Amino acid sequence: MLAFVLTLVLLLSIVIVLAYVERKVAAFMQDRMGPTEAGPYGSLQSVLDVLKLLQKEDIVPAAADKNLFKLAPILIFAAVFAGFAVIPFTPDLVPAGIGIGVFYLLAIISLDVIGLLMAGWGSNNKYAMLGAMRSVAQIVSYEIPAGLAILAAVMVCQSLDFQEISYQQGALMNRFPGLEFEMNWLFGIEALGINTTTIGGITTWNIFRAPILLVAFVIYFIASLAESNRAPFDIPEAESELVAGFHVEYSGFRFAILFLAEYSMMVLVSLVAVILFLGSWNTPLPNVGPVSLAYWTTGTIGELSGILWGGFWLLSKTFVLLFLQLQLRWTYPRLRVDQLMHLCWKVLTPIALAVILIAGIWRLLMI
Amino acid sequence: MNKVKHRSGFWFAVTSLVSGLRLTWQHFVRAKNRRTPEYVTDKNYFNQPDGLVTLTYPYEAIPVPDNGRYRLHNEIDDCIVCDLCAKICPVNCITIESVKATEEIGLTSDGTKKRLYAPVFDIDMAKCCYCGLCTTVCPTDCLTMTPVYDFAEVDIKNMIYHFTDLSPEQAEEKKQLLAKQQEEMAAAKAAALAARKQG
Ligand code: SF4
Ligand code: SF4
Repeated sequence: MLAFVLTLVLLLSIVIVLAYVERKVAAFMQDRMGPTEAGPYGSLQSVLDVLKLLQKEDIVPAAADKNLFKLAPILIFAAVFAGFAVIPFTPDLVPAGIGIGVFYLLAIISLDVIGLLMAGWGSNNKYAMLGAMRSVAQIVSYEIPAGLAILAAVMVCQSLDFQEISYQQGALMNRFPGLEFEMNWLFGIEALGINTTTIGGITTWNIFRAPILLVAFVIYFIASLAESNRAPFDIPEAESELVAGFHVEYSGFRFAILFLAEYSMMVLVSLVAVILFLGSWNTPLPNVGPVSLAYWTTGTIGELSGILWGGFWLLSKTFVLLFLQLQLRWTYPRLRVDQLMHLCWKVLTPIALAVILIAGIWRLLMI
Repeated sequence: MNKVKHRSGFWFAVTSLVSGLRLTWQHFVRAKNRRTPEYVTDKNYFNQPDGLVTLTYPYEAIPVPDNGRYRLHNEIDDCIVCDLCAKICPVNCITIESVKATEEIGLTSDGTKKRLYAPVFDIDMAKCCYCGLCTTVCPTDCLTMTPVYDFAEVDIKNMIYHFTDLSPEQAEEKKQLLAKQQEEMAAAKAAALAARKQG
């Protein structure tokens, strides 16, 4: 229960910061100023936006399927929020540490699609329906390359437990029960003879343990953009040509929930990318000889320092990825729907399959 | 004619994607510079190629040119109520009522004698087309353009500007004075006429 409340509060604050940062970053990249009035440098803008949304009338269209319409936002947000349950925030803080975390995450996030379809169908509006269909087509398609890329990481790590995957990518690997005698070698190849188990830092991140995961990371990142309906894959919403996609009929609190779910999805996919490929809560600084930067910037597990350092690294890496998502949005034009499907089925999926094959071979070299 | 060569290929795509990212990143980094509200003749006006272009309008604004035509102002103390402005106005937005004074009221700042009161001197800024004709014909230069351009109103009635300095009571008093004077003059005239007839 405590974990639930803490995660919810953390998520809400991240989303509010993100909504503000998005507007500011967008403005700066377009030589504008963004919000300036509410609070210093407009920093209270997104808080006030949320307050405004909560005051709005909650409209349920007369012709809508009331039950579906009302249930959809809750289902969408619940699906995304449930994904956070298995995210390890620090070395010893997981809301619900289960052994099959990766599998659970992929499964629960897929529920999102049903919520979108319910929202679109329940609105009894052709635009909402079209938006929902586009959304669903896109998300279902891109789950395949994303899933394959995650599979590659799982094959290299030989685990479905996010926390175990996290421990493997740092100098603390041997502290995890079951990994006491594991070794990390540079690029995962023992023949090179460079033992990085105690060096830690960036050298043990998954993209360095098995460099092929760098490709998997790029594939996952592109697919995750599409899964969270972000530009350049924001066809379902396409502000410049559609009204709003599947949530065109929603207002007030329900719209706020959908908005929250969308931003939570961005945060979640970035968190997963960080955990699977970019070293999770591990520090990027390696131990170099007597200068044990990695240990200094990790803190002590089980104490406050460990929690603070872990959370700091995880969140800062996540924010770098989120910033990249924002920058991509303001850099690239939107893909056409056929280009979108082309990219997914004819480019990303074959490459992801090849990456899986190579990752399997790499894993054989690693042991 | 130059043919545009179509280029494709993996590395070309990657480099063009990266150059796009570099462009937005440069704008992001240069966002610490800001455009300054300079007058158009300032050397710096065209020399601000990067940084934020927005001016936070109510707090900052580019100064308007000296000969710009914006809201009118009438310095009623200098107005001789000659009605020229109302006559030339192409949209008839100036309403003037005049009352003759019983004696000389005084002088304007350029030494013209004032002989008329203006109980009504209204300019409807909502109708005004800011052509500036009225300011050119004004003999005492009391009707001028000010640099104020932001004077939107919620109620359109407030767009009618009243420039008279007489209160309705004062105006009424002046009218009665004039009527009395005219009566006296008429009586005097009648008396003179009667005297002439007799003599
Ligand atoms: S500026 Fe032109 S339109 Fe306006 S009051 Fe003067 S003469 Fe009339
Ligand atoms: S032209 Fe000038 S002096 Fe004459 S009535 Fe108009 S404002 Fe007054």
